[in-house]
Amino acid sequence: MSGPPLIQCQELTKVYPLKGVAVHALRGVDLEIARGEMAAIMGASGSGKSTLMNIIGCMDRQTSGRYHLDGVDVSTLKESELASLRNKKLGFVFQRYNLLPRASALYNVELPLFYAGLSGAEVTARALAALERVGLRDFARHRPNQMSGGQQQRVAIARAMVNNPLVILADEPTGALDTASSAEIMGIFQQMHSEQGVTVVIVTHEPDIAVYCQRKITMRDGSIAGDEPVIHRTIFNRGA
Amino acid sequence: MPVKFSVLGDFSLQALKANKMRSFLTMLGIIIGVAAVILMMAIGQGAQDRVLAQINSLGSNLLMVLPGAAGQYVRGSGGSVNTMTLQDAQAVAGLPGVAYSAPIVRGSGLVTYQDQTWTTSIEGTTPEVVNISALQMAQGRFFGQSDVQSIAPVAVLGQTVYQNLYPPGTNPVGSQIRVHGITFRVIGLLQSLGASSGGQDRDDIIYIPVTTAQIRLLGVSNQSINAMQVQVRNKDEMDDVQAEITSLLRRRHRLAANQDNDFNIRNMAQIQSAAENVTSLLTIFLAGVAAISLIVGGIGVMNIMLVSVTERTREIGVRMAIGASKKDVLNQFLLEAVLLSLAGSFFGIVAGMAGARVFAFFVHWPAPVSLFSILLAVGFSIVIGVFFGYYPARRAAGLNPAEALSYE
Repeated sequence: MSGPPLIQCQELTKVYPLKGVAVHALRGVDLEIARGEMAAIMGASGSGKSTLMNIIGCMDRQTSGRYHLDGVDVSTLKESELASLRNKKLGFVFQRYNLLPRASALYNVELPLFYAGLSGAEVTARALAALERVGLRDFARHRPNQMSGGQQQRVAIARAMVNNPLVILADEPTGALDTASSAEIMGIFQQMHSEQGVTVVIVTHEPDIAVYCQRKITMRDGSIAGDEPVIHRTIFNRGA
Repeated sequence: MPVKFSVLGDFSLQALKANKMRSFLTMLGIIIGVAAVILMMAIGQGAQDRVLAQINSLGSNLLMVLPGAAGQYVRGSGGSVNTMTLQDAQAVAGLPGVAYSAPIVRGSGLVTYQDQTWTTSIEGTTPEVVNISALQMAQGRFFGQSDVQSIAPVAVLGQTVYQNLYPPGTNPVGSQIRVHGITFRVIGLLQSLGASSGGQDRDDIIYIPVTTAQIRLLGVSNQSINAMQVQVRNKDEMDDVQAEITSLLRRRHRLAANQDNDFNIRNMAQIQSAAENVTSLLTIFLAGVAAISLIVGGIGVMNIMLVSVTERTREIGVRMAIGASKKDVLNQFLLEAVLLSLAGSFFGIVAGMAGARVFAFFVHWPAPVSLFSILLAVGFSIVIGVFFGYYPARRAAGLNPAEALSYE
């Protein structure tokens, strides 16, 4: 793969002013993730991994340092351009799913397409196809509160994938799920990664989850403490 | 690229449908406020119309000339100062701006018909009173000028007097009644006039010729009268005619330039505008009550919006994470607030108008709903609805997506 890395962080810092005390969430992070990688960011809570994830996802801005996404210096972009970037190049998956609870699965998956300026039959067709890929086409009319946690997370992945993003960012995607559902969700990420070629970055504190990825980045106290390939990678086997 | 308006409308409708209870409660505050304003203002307007209609039925271009200097006259003791005579009344009737003039001699007494008795007020006057007070005959006729000249013992009954003396369905015309021991022949029965604005029963009265009242019944000396009603030809000439009457009576009473008037003239138009002031105060008071309901409704709207702000802040975070710009989010919430306010206003208008109808039906007051009250209520409620709907969203959209998503 030629060209600059898809994600390039240089000396990123993030300071939260909290009741007069400055909390240093990131203390100079240098990180590169190439197109097509599947990486896990590990660390205890408070290690800064979610903060890093938010900055990579253009949901928050760094205090200092530089961040390039797909060759673009994100700090130069306006709020509306960031919104468009999140819509087209990024897909988010959250620990608590963050679906609209009273809207149908289909509508939840359609939303990013509406914000992309699309409308009509194309939107429904693409949303249904995305639901199909996560095995939930038959649940299109169900609402999230009628679904299991694993199903809701699959809807969230369909929503993240529906606009064909460059990167999927998942923040503790299995944090609220049992072991079997967690494995299934990781299997879907692996499937998206191998079949669609999407770059996947997963934040987790569970080593069992990290081994589904190719690369394991470890954070401690706002800095990167370790960065190594996963040697015995777990591959989810549907039907196993 | 901002989201298209049609898509935005769909977002808003989806959000309102998804939270039916919240939407309904928000609307309820606006419905109650709008309905209250419309109903209260309709009731106030109804009261005003009713009072003014009654004053108008007295005749708006009327002057009441009373004996005694201004301030000396005490209501109920009218006529205690004998400075005005029948001749004064006749002279006033000859003025060019005067359409009709009728003298009034008041008394009261026990009226007897067969074995029935009734105490009522007795008014001695001339036939002109028919025009001035817009009297209408139910049966028989009013007395004429010849009856006045011949001091005829004839009487015209008001409905209340008739109902208290005669069995229902009897024709009183031609029957004889006794007043203070004097026999009168009943020649007419009036149609009902209803109560006056002061609550007086204007049907509890007997009209007799002024001469009969003075000479036969009340034994009034020197032809004095208690009052004089003057109907002016043209409403615009009220002040001129008032001045003419003043100078005429001053001349007739031989008042020197340094002497005060020994009579006073009351202008019904002034009384009417005074009553108008009172009733518009009532309307303002009711509008105040309604405004309070609107504010209470607005506080209800605000509470619901603030309670839902946590949930909605996360929703805003989600929407921004998947690509909504700040503007998209604000437009959606603005549209939601406008839709809710409009729908609430619509149902509030329906409820207010229905309430006005129900009120009018049960209380027998007209309660006309004015366009102004509708515009006022709707305008105010939209401001409240949009402000309280939009303000939390504005705050939430000011957060970055990460903050909005972790909002507790």
